[in-house]
Amino acid sequence: MSSHPHAPAHHNAGDTHHGHDGGHDAAHGSFKGYMTGFVLSVILTAIPFWLVMSGAIDSKLLTAVLVMGLGAVQIVVHMIYFLHMNPRSEGGWTIMALIFTIVLVGILLAGSLWIMHHLNANMMPMSPEMMKNMP
Amino acid sequence: MISKTRTHQAALATENPEFYLTDKDHHPEGSTMLGFWLYLMSDCLIFATLFAVYGVLGRNYAAGPSPADLFDLPLVAVNTAMLLFSSITYGFAMLWMARGAKLQTLSWLAVTGVFGAIFLALELYEFSHLIHAGAGPQRSAFLSSFFTLVGTHGLHVTFGIVWLITLMVQVSKYGLTQENQRRLMCLSMFWHFLDVVWIGVFSFVYLMGVLG
Repeated sequence: MSSHPHAPAHHNAGDTHHGHDGGHDAAHGSFKGYMTGFVLSVILTAIPFWLVMSGAIDSKLLTAVLVMGLGAVQIVVHMIYFLHMNPRSEGGWTIMALIFTIVLVGILLAGSLWIMHHLNANMMPMSPEMMKNMP
Repeated sequence: MISKTRTHQAALATENPEFYLTDKDHHPEGSTMLGFWLYLMSDCLIFATLFAVYGVLGRNYAAGPSPADLFDLPLVAVNTAMLLFSSITYGFAMLWMARGAKLQTLSWLAVTGVFGAIFLALELYEFSHLIHAGAGPQRSAFLSSFFTLVGTHGLHVTFGIVWLITLMVQVSKYGLTQENQRRLMCLSMFWHFLDVVWIGVFSFVYLMGVLG
């Protein structure tokens, strides 16, 4: 992405006299980059689906950790190969915005789950019959 | 403008160490991508909120059906494949755009749109199936949060397709002008971002839900 602000000028000039291979322009990515990302994504999608559908691992906790872990890895793969994230694009502002958002998302998710779980755990236990008769 | 570009390229050739600083002054429209990225980050917060809601309410079945009873994983797998295919085909469209090939760009954009439409059709089929089975959004807190989260993602894909068709008309009418290239790059980010959100949906909602 580093070279992208002047990329359009480059392409207009490039169209006429040389068929450029798209390999060096990080703004649009390269064929190799997209294919690498695609193959990695397919693998990282297939494994969690296979784990859950076949029940290959007895431990539910381990399966859950693997599913979420592989999901996180796949998000990073997409960020790098499809969204072309790198620490230099736009003078580092995109990565700063991304880090800030990740921090916010972390606080939001972890905070909500933590607090609401504790609220739940501190409620009086209810039987299904009591639930049905609730107003 | 052209002379500026030339001097800039000359500066490049001499390996100017201040490349990233000088780079910014030339094209004011370069800030569009940063602005769009910031929009995507705020959109990301919307989805994070909906994920948090689902995380909190996702186990409250109100004596109704649970994810394991409802979700059809093979269908979700096909859906995931459709979105993944549409991501790579959009990538191909961008590569052809970089080469200035209008027809190929349009063709790959059309393929992307078809994959997106199949994704939406399958999702609508799943929703109607759930609602007919009595598992609509009003059934339980789990289903309310499920429909809100997945429905919001589906709405994003819908608007992505509308935007895609709009840009296809623009490109076919006016060609791959600088403005259209910039718009296509914004939609590229939007489209890939939706795929990233979908990774969260199929991992956290569908797979973890069926796992129980």
